[in-house]
Amino acid sequence: MSERAKVVGLHGGLLVLLFALQFALPAYHHGNLARIMVLASFAIGYNLLFGYTGLLSLGHALFFAAGMYGAGLSVLHFGWSPAPALIVGLAAGAAVSALLGLLALRTAGVAFMIVTLMFAQAGYLAILYFGKWTYGDEGFVIARAARMLHGVDLSDPASRYFAALALFAVSLAVCLWLVRSRFGKTLIAIRENEERTRMLGYDTFARKLGAMVISGAISAAAGAVYGLLFGYVGATFASVQYSIFPLLWVLLGGAGVVVGPFVGTLFMFYLIDLSSGVTTAYMLIAGVVLVLLTLFAPQGLTGELRRRLWPWLP
Amino acid sequence: MTLLATQGLSKHFAGLQAVRGVDLDLPRGEVRALIGPNGAGKTTLVGMICGRIAPSSGTVHFDGRDITALPAHRRINLGMAYTFQITSVFARLDAAENVALAARRRVRGEGVEAVVQEALARVGLADRAATLAGDLSYGHQRLLEIAMGLAQAPRLLILDEPTQGLAESEIAAFKSLIRDLAGGATILLIEHNMSVVMETANRVTVLNAGEVLAEGAPAEIRADKAVQAAYLGTG
Repeated sequence: MSERAKVVGLHGGLLVLLFALQFALPAYHHGNLARIMVLASFAIGYNLLFGYTGLLSLGHALFFAAGMYGAGLSVLHFGWSPAPALIVGLAAGAAVSALLGLLALRTAGVAFMIVTLMFAQAGYLAILYFGKWTYGDEGFVIARAARMLHGVDLSDPASRYFAALALFAVSLAVCLWLVRSRFGKTLIAIRENEERTRMLGYDTFARKLGAMVISGAISAAAGAVYGLLFGYVGATFASVQYSIFPLLWVLLGGAGVVVGPFVGTLFMFYLIDLSSGVTTAYMLIAGVVLVLLTLFAPQGLTGELRRRLWPWLP
Repeated sequence: MTLLATQGLSKHFAGLQAVRGVDLDLPRGEVRALIGPNGAGKTTLVGMICGRIAPSSGTVHFDGRDITALPAHRRINLGMAYTFQITSVFARLDAAENVALAARRRVRGEGVEAVVQEALARVGLADRAATLAGDLSYGHQRLLEIAMGLAQAPRLLILDEPTQGLAESEIAAFKSLIRDLAGGATILLIEHNMSVVMETANRVTVLNAGEVLAEGAPAEIRADKAVQAAYLGTG
């Protein structure tokens, strides 16, 4: 089988499997998987910047929240329907990431982490500060009536699952296409050796900015869809833990692997879900597993898979 | 016809004058060797030419155009290629992808593969295309650097100590490669190996303590008393 066939087979197969699972899963796991697919899309956006471009951002909650609030506030204050609200969220995420990129990409390494973290915190505080419109910490609920997309009720589990799958499929396809394109290969080169890439004639700043905007836009799309599907918008989603989550998911699943974010999100979600069923000290179990994984599979689950079995994994 | 010219190019780092008022005039098609003892400012000088280092004063003209203010990547796109003194390949990518990254700046689609094959073949690495660059021997990484330079089909190829760490047979192959290229590309070669300089360069510029000490045909330079003194002086 050619490499291309394997790549298409694996990623297409995953989407087909996810499509089929909705008919087989019990309600509880059905709901979980819908949530995981949206969060995995967020992680796919993160992976583009971290895994492929080599830029470790600690501020992706800002992009997730930009999408979520962009969409949520348009529904709340202007009474817009989900489709235009989603576009507002996406545009907000792209604009915020472009602006942050212009500032933060003047730095590198630890300074880049700090700058992105600071701006994300500023975003979080801004949401609290403008509580009159955002309802601050409490957040707000998007009413069921406002979550109708062309007659489809997004609060209904089946259509919610389908919408989550659609977002995930688009994110996965965009990521896969991107990392195999000229642009994506240049991003990988920047990750490996930025100075060398620049001295081959590539404008590395412009390409890093491009990666940041695409990453921010995908993260924002996930944030917008999350708000619209689950009907709640709150400042928690802009807090620092939502910057750490995608980093963890990507590290666990495999940075710089297209399916890594999904595997990482799925794994982490069920690790916490299952261990909290056993004991109240579930974070201890989660912590120990994370330490073991970092020790024995430092490249993440799919990174390890690529190293040992499937060197063709994009 | 001049391809590259510098006027009064200088660089000082916190009081250390690394390069002092260098006027360099490089005609199209020439192979120019830049030699000098360690610390003479050779790498700093070419760093200012290709845009890695901003000059303290002076100008750089390329193909009649003042490029002093241009960032490095724009200069590369005007037709310069630079190979690093300290090997700087993409260690975790295979040799073919290393060269492909260089080639993709000027060719697209199917053409890339042909350019990659040709460049690797010219430096004798055709059978190593699928090897990770980091797994290549040091000498082979040097050759890969040169292949990346070739894939860019530059008008000016700047090679910073390309034969450092190469075996005798590889140096011989490198000499014939440069003779092949001569006439087509203009080459600026920083080199310590005098046999390479004598056999490949049309002219030699000697740098000492940041200044041009002498310039002339290889044979003249070899006979120059001041050059001998500068080299002997540093042991």
